[in-house]
Amino acid sequence: MTEKVLLVDDEKEFLDSLAERMKTRGMDVSTATSAIDALKKTEGESYDAIVLDLMMPGMDGLEVLKVLKKKRPEVQVILLTGHATVEKGIEAMKLGALDFLEKPADLATLTKKIKEAQAKKMILVDKRTEAKIKEIIQGKAW
Amino acid sequence: MSILSRVKPDFWNHRDGSEGPFKHLFDFRRIWKLAVGLSAAIALAPVISMAVFEYKVTHNAMEAEVLLRTARLVSNTRRTVSFFFSERKAALDLLVRQHTLEELKKPDLLTGLLEGLQKAVGGFTDLGVVDHQGRQQSYVGPYELEGVDYSDQEWFKEVVLRGVYISDVFLGFRDLPHLVIAVKHDLPDGSFYVLRATLDTARFNDLLSQLEVSGNGDAFIINREGIIQTPPRYCGRVLGKISLPVPEYSSRTRVLEEKNFNGQLLVIGYAYVTETPFILVIGEQKAELMKSWYRTRTKLIGFLAASIVAILVVILGVATHLVNKIYLADEKRVMTLHQVEYANKMASIGRLAAGVAHEINNPLAIINEKAGLIKDIFTYRKEYARDEKLLGLVEWILTSVGRCGAITRRLLSFARHMHVSIEPVQIKEVIDEVTGLLGKEAEYRDISIHVDVSDDVPAFESDRGKLQQIFLNLVNNAFAAMSDGGRLDIKVRRETPDAILLRVTDDGCGIPPADLKRIFEPFFSTKKKKGGTGLGLSITYGLVKELGGTISVQSEVGKGTSFTISLPIQLKQRKKGNG
Repeated sequence: MTEKVLLVDDEKEFLDSLAERMKTRGMDVSTATSAIDALKKTEGESYDAIVLDLMMPGMDGLEVLKVLKKKRPEVQVILLTGHATVEKGIEAMKLGALDFLEKPADLATLTKKIKEAQAKKMILVDKRTEAKIKEIIQGKAW
Repeated sequence: MSILSRVKPDFWNHRDGSEGPFKHLFDFRRIWKLAVGLSAAIALAPVISMAVFEYKVTHNAMEAEVLLRTARLVSNTRRTVSFFFSERKAALDLLVRQHTLEELKKPDLLTGLLEGLQKAVGGFTDLGVVDHQGRQQSYVGPYELEGVDYSDQEWFKEVVLRGVYISDVFLGFRDLPHLVIAVKHDLPDGSFYVLRATLDTARFNDLLSQLEVSGNGDAFIINREGIIQTPPRYCGRVLGKISLPVPEYSSRTRVLEEKNFNGQLLVIGYAYVTETPFILVIGEQKAELMKSWYRTRTKLIGFLAASIVAILVVILGVATHLVNKIYLADEKRVMTLHQVEYANKMASIGRLAAGVAHEINNPLAIINEKAGLIKDIFTYRKEYARDEKLLGLVEWILTSVGRCGAITRRLLSFARHMHVSIEPVQIKEVIDEVTGLLGKEAEYRDISIHVDVSDDVPAFESDRGKLQQIFLNLVNNAFAAMSDGGRLDIKVRRETPDAILLRVTDDGCGIPPADLKRIFEPFFSTKKKKGGTGLGLSITYGLVKELGGTISVQSEVGKGTSFTISLPIQLKQRKKGNG
């Protein structure tokens, strides 16, 4: 099963290379170069994992994370940054990020995290579906 | 020298290296001198001037008192002497008035009169009647003097002229000191006769010898030529000449000061005894008279000296103590200032390092991905046919990126720990971080670093950043002391259940014993010419103290140096709200 991933980073070069590499590893990768772009893309689509840069012009990673989590609580976000500080990391985890990686990150590690994210999301989606089904079963008079 | 150096306060040899507009504020020796000088002047000037003033006043008063006393004694004695003569003169007067010349010429009567005089007045040895021609008409006394002609003698002329005559003391042909007193009696027919009496000097002498003269004094009578008339106690003998000049005439008692032949100062009081050729002289040694005052003066001067010494001791003590306090406070201030400066510097370096690391991380990430992509292409696309050489090159790039990443991460962790306060610390991690930072230098210089942390050392509460600084300073110091190819040992042991022991040992040049005592002092540096600030170890010392530990040093020149730090496992919370 292919993982549907959204990469968000203001550095296009980094984004392209990483996207291509992930694609060669069989992932379904979309990219966004700004926070606005990323939010737009998440409107219509549902991603297994979103890899988010912390430092971006305009809206930074943490703000995007907040908005995303509000809209879709099940969304899995991995923060990737060159500006790693403990405080930021803790804040990100509190806001519900799945993980926090430092640039330059090993692709293998990133892939592993993405897979984790996918699994977690599936569980969440399954649970929701189950709940919905239960609701439907209980709600309708058969 | 050793006593001097022990007494010498710390600030004495202080030399402030800094130049600046406020340099004079730190010239402690000058401050000390100023303090001592000013307070000594303020304290001593009134004391000394009071003492001098008091001295002068009492001295003058005492002197005046001495002179006055002498003057009183002289004038009293003069009265006595004067009375002595007027009494005898009056007695003779009485005789000539009550008896006629004819009666007086009778030897029987004259003998009776002499006896009467001797009993009632005393001092008379003979009595004679001399007629107007100077011939002795009758005489009673121990000598055969009847008929002696006095007409051309001095005393006769004198008595004719003045009516009364008192002679100097003289020996005469009797070879005994005596004096003559004569009164003239005018007769109704215009002629006259003279009653002449000789006095022995014993009673006369008694007058003066019984006189109590203080101050080793002397009282005697001289005539107007300076011949001594009564036996003096010290100044010569009767009928000798006095050693001092005859004082000038004065109708009143006078007192003057004169030096005698011994150089002693004498107080001499004199008075001309009226109607006699005599001058009464009383001489006293001034030193003797002033003796009691001198005694008091010696006591006072002693007391003054003692108080001056006491005042000086107190001033010196207080000034030294205070200036030393200022000096120590200033030392502390400078130390704190430098510590703050150092901490600020470290913090800036930390921020800089973090900034650099962050900025580098992004391009590093791009390189990483690009290289990864190349690798992927080589791996997955057939047209590049798995070129082993290119693959190897890409692998190298990736490895290097990994190394760069490790460095930036280390820089970040260094910066991160700048402000972190107390937390559980694994000492091994701290040491690894420090040796990681300094590892390259060690490698270049072929210095081997041996870290030995025993297993029973627990994670203990401490400030990671400060521990790092401590190790950084110690290892840097060790490196500076070591030659290439040396060996550095870092050992960590659990000393007691409550403390761990860290020891950093090098095999460098060592520290001479003289420097060893001062090694933790701020600004003490043997690397000054090479740019050392002399602060490294003093800051280390301060840091260890802040962490509640102790630091000590053992060193042997040529063999190496060993710093031992003991740190508590449980840190006592001294400062709150520190992080």
